[in-house]
Amino acid sequence: MKGSLATAQGYVKPSFGSRLKADFRGNYQLYIMLIPVVAYFLLFHYKPMYGAIIAFKDFNPRKGVLGSDWVGLEHFASFITDPYFGRIVGNTLIISLSTLIFGFPAPIILALLMNEIRCNLFKRTVQTLTYLPHFISLVVICGMIRDFTMDNGVITVFLSYFGFPRETMLNKPNLFVPVYVISEIWQTVGWGSIVYLAALTGIDMELYEAAELDGAGRWKQTIHITLPSIIPTIMVMLILRMGSMLNVGYEKIILLYNEAIYSTSDVISSYVYRRGLLQNDYSFSTAVGLFNSVINFLLLIAANQISKRANDSSLW
Amino acid sequence: MIRRTKGQNIFEVFNYIIMVVIMFTMLYPILHVIFASLSSPYELMAHQGPLLYPLKFNMAAYAMVFKNPMIVKGYGNTLFIVIVGTCINIALTSLAAYVLSRKNFMPAKVVTVFIVFTMFFQGGLIPSYLNVRDLGLYDSLFAIILPASISVFNLIIMRTGFEAIPVSLEESAKIDGAGHFTILGRIVLPLALPTIAVIVLYYAVAHWNGWFNAMIYLNTREKFPLQLVLREILIQNDTTNMASSSGVGVGDQEVVGETIKYAVIVVATLPILFVYPFLQKYFVKGVMVGAVKG
Repeated sequence: MKGSLATAQGYVKPSFGSRLKADFRGNYQLYIMLIPVVAYFLLFHYKPMYGAIIAFKDFNPRKGVLGSDWVGLEHFASFITDPYFGRIVGNTLIISLSTLIFGFPAPIILALLMNEIRCNLFKRTVQTLTYLPHFISLVVICGMIRDFTMDNGVITVFLSYFGFPRETMLNKPNLFVPVYVISEIWQTVGWGSIVYLAALTGIDMELYEAAELDGAGRWKQTIHITLPSIIPTIMVMLILRMGSMLNVGYEKIILLYNEAIYSTSDVISSYVYRRGLLQNDYSFSTAVGLFNSVINFLLLIAANQISKRANDSSLW
Repeated sequence: MIRRTKGQNIFEVFNYIIMVVIMFTMLYPILHVIFASLSSPYELMAHQGPLLYPLKFNMAAYAMVFKNPMIVKGYGNTLFIVIVGTCINIALTSLAAYVLSRKNFMPAKVVTVFIVFTMFFQGGLIPSYLNVRDLGLYDSLFAIILPASISVFNLIIMRTGFEAIPVSLEESAKIDGAGHFTILGRIVLPLALPTIAVIVLYYAVAHWNGWFNAMIYLNTREKFPLQLVLREILIQNDTTNMASSSGVGVGDQEVVGETIKYAVIVVATLPILFVYPFLQKYFVKGVMVGAVKG
């Protein structure tokens, strides 16, 4: 404030330093408030980013991050030539793409269908029940998945009425991805639909009335009014999703997989977890993790750029 | 008003059927667990397929769960994490949200970039783990609480809530000589109470459900939060420990273990399921704000 005053009176734009000084004098309490916040981000976010340089070193806990010897790109090279490289990158892409293809449209469809319900009480009940899985802990959900898909589990028995074989699904490599993706949809479809429902309620009702006058039926209205209206929301959600394309969370994988099905279930993050924390292979797994986050970050930026050009919706 | 054709009516019926099926899919797994937990273990072993009611109503599994020292201790540790963690979360997040919502704060933009960047780029699992160890937090409950002090997503929601407060109120307080701490404590926080409530819920649920950090940072079994105890029982399938400490014969352990698994799920999930319907609208409000601004 003081800075802008000086501009008005003296017709000279004060220097950056003096503006900052003035801001500090007027807002010193804000700077004090920021101290713990900045300290938190430095200590728990930026320090680990700095710590990631051990990906280029041969980390030795006794020598510390600084003292360890540089090895350049050796760990990245050994990751790319790792016998499991193809498997974990492939699995990550397969799981991620199937979750995207089947999981991304699901909340949109659910929101469109819920939007057509006229009875408010019924609509609210549907919402309450579909949001529910979002609040159940992952440990419990995975415990339920494991139990239900065992050879005598309720889902396996139910499917056996339709001719499916009765065997523990999570011991069959070819069933891991379907189990993962279907349960993922179960967990997220309701909660994910909230954003789209919000976008749907924002649509101007006059558009529908006008379309009605022009003789457009409900289906035509959905195609020409409803969908275009929520495209920006869909695009933003899609960009965010793209940014985590190579980011299949380890938590659910670790809770669901076992050695018998590593061939289809082991992903980059679970490999990092195993090599890093169970086998204490710090530098190598940091390199793998860094490789993963850099690609994710680039994908996010690319998706954002594409969307910006295509239809003006972007994250920043 | 709106004309309805035959096609629309057919669609309407189909839509209702689909919705009922969806609701059933969402609810049934939970019902199944509840029914199984209330069944007699032997009946349950013999039973195949879906359950529509408890088989031979029996609460023995619950008695065993509540007698188990690990579960009781786990509850205690989880409560500690939820309460202390959420207090730290709210303190730090509201400070950050307040500063970032000031329009005349010069470095606001730089600080925002500094914070939001961490949402899209992280050091990774191993560097974070080594960092926590270097800080001397290993095997302490604070290893779970402190690294999760601020969620950027929640911070954005809170900042949006703070920005919605009329500036005139703060201006008049400023004329009366109030500093930023007074304005935050006396004006902004009380007025943003609905937003704060949403954020409290978000943080508390995340703490309640968290398990991974507890698994990698905790070593002493006495410090395990509930979810980690659950993991042993549900994922590693280790119920012998529980059954044996409750005086059940060796041969029966495996059988009783089945119902214990279900009872444990119910016990761990009930608090959330119980408060959830009352809080649902607040949760949803948070997502909406986050969606508009995020």
